[in-house]
Amino acid sequence: MTDLETRNPKPRLDNQAPELFGQTPSQTVGPFFHYGLPWKGGADLIGKSDMGARPDLFPDSHYVLNLSSPSGVPRGEAIDLRGRVLDGRGEAVPDAMLEIWQANAAGRYASPADRRDGIPLDPHFIGFGRAATGADGGFHFRTIRPGRVPGPDGILQAPHIALSVLGRGLLKRLATRVYFADCTENDTDPILISVPAERRATLIAQRRGSDWWLDIVLQGAGETVFFAL
Amino acid sequence: MRKSPDRGAPPALAGYADEDAGSPPSFFPDYRSTTFRSPSQAPLSITQTLTEVSGPAGCWERLMGAAAADLTRQHAGTPLGQRIIVQGHVLDEDRRPVPHTVIEIWQANASGRYIHSLDDWDAPLDPNFTGAGRVVTDEEGRYRYVTVRPGAYPWGNHRNAWRPAHIHLSLLGPAFATRLVTQMYFPDDPLIEIDPIANAVPMPYRQRTVGRFDIGVCEPNWALGYRFDIVLKGAHATPFESGNP
Repeated sequence: MTDLETRNPKPRLDNQAPELFGQTPSQTVGPFFHYGLPWKGGADLIGKSDMGARPDLFPDSHYVLNLSSPSGVPRGEAIDLRGRVLDGRGEAVPDAMLEIWQANAAGRYASPADRRDGIPLDPHFIGFGRAATGADGGFHFRTIRPGRVPGPDGILQAPHIALSVLGRGLLKRLATRVYFADCTENDTDPILISVPAERRATLIAQRRGSDWWLDIVLQGAGETVFFAL
Repeated sequence: MRKSPDRGAPPALAGYADEDAGSPPSFFPDYRSTTFRSPSQAPLSITQTLTEVSGPAGCWERLMGAAAADLTRQHAGTPLGQRIIVQGHVLDEDRRPVPHTVIEIWQANASGRYIHSLDDWDAPLDPNFTGAGRVVTDEEGRYRYVTVRPGAYPWGNHRNAWRPAHIHLSLLGPAFATRLVTQMYFPDDPLIEIDPIANAVPMPYRQRTVGRFDIGVCEPNWALGYRFDIVLKGAHATPFESGNP
């Protein structure tokens, strides 16, 4: 006799199909992510500002989950990282979102994968941030300058910040890096020197006043180097 | 083996797998927004380093705020629409659970309208529904949230373009390399087959994004239930760094 209370429709070729098991495919964040992803303070890895969010794009009553609580000021040199996200026509991308991931000033990641206990963690620094671009395609992170971390064969890498680009029209995350123009270590960085010389500048932030500046060009002339990950 | 005594013990590094055959291309002409936003150069393969194999962990509340697993209880009243439960596991490609990882959720309301100010199509907003939530997987990689089934909605890709009902999901996983943003679709939605965004995923892998109705997830007299497992890139079996144990 059929158990009416528990019987299911016949299995389909869907998410639960054993023969399809594998990586869940990427899909775009679309244009309406602002009330779901970039939290207030997401782009401020140092202080307690609202940087990173776009409260102009939805009513305040719908700020249901975007509140961070930083615990104190991290060690290291505070920096402002700014730039614009531009498309293949040179136009601003006002509905992109950037994420950064970086080591602390001592060169330690706040991650279980970084097991170098000899290098101090900073209780006030996580190293993950998120910023929605503004109407002008601009972004602004406030963070600290990262220390060096090991690369292949233990050779130290130049200071860098890992960067993800997401947005409407991006079916999958684009991964890149931000280096700093004043670091002589750039010349020996194992990742940077694996990039064709004529494209390396797309990964290197330049001083502009008190800011570090790097534009992210999604396509065409001056296209940012993105990594296969 | 290279020694760096003042830098601490060498980390146990492992790279993560490349994208598999179900990954969409960056440029998919039918999805018009990809035309000027997709890189024209192929992505550069690099040796993954500690930067790529590490990621934030256990800091979600401090970063973003408390979890919000019930999207139907964020305002004074109950939102309109079909109440649903979505549950599943977050796994890696080797079927290992991914515990304590955050899933961020956002979606349109039952009418297919987002609270976003740039969504201006003629469908009603619901004052009792924001459509944003966040859950963290448990020790076995399990998650569960309650929401309403989102509606389909028109979009500007072409005349008479309609997005299938979907829930946006964002995962970080254990590492920078495992970042994933995806969308969950619903079974038997005829719009999936003609949607340029879903279609960017080649068949049969597109079906990985379609959740399954499950009577066992339903709660009698309260909510319908769907299962949706999320599979992140797996770690390579062997460490890539010859110098490390």
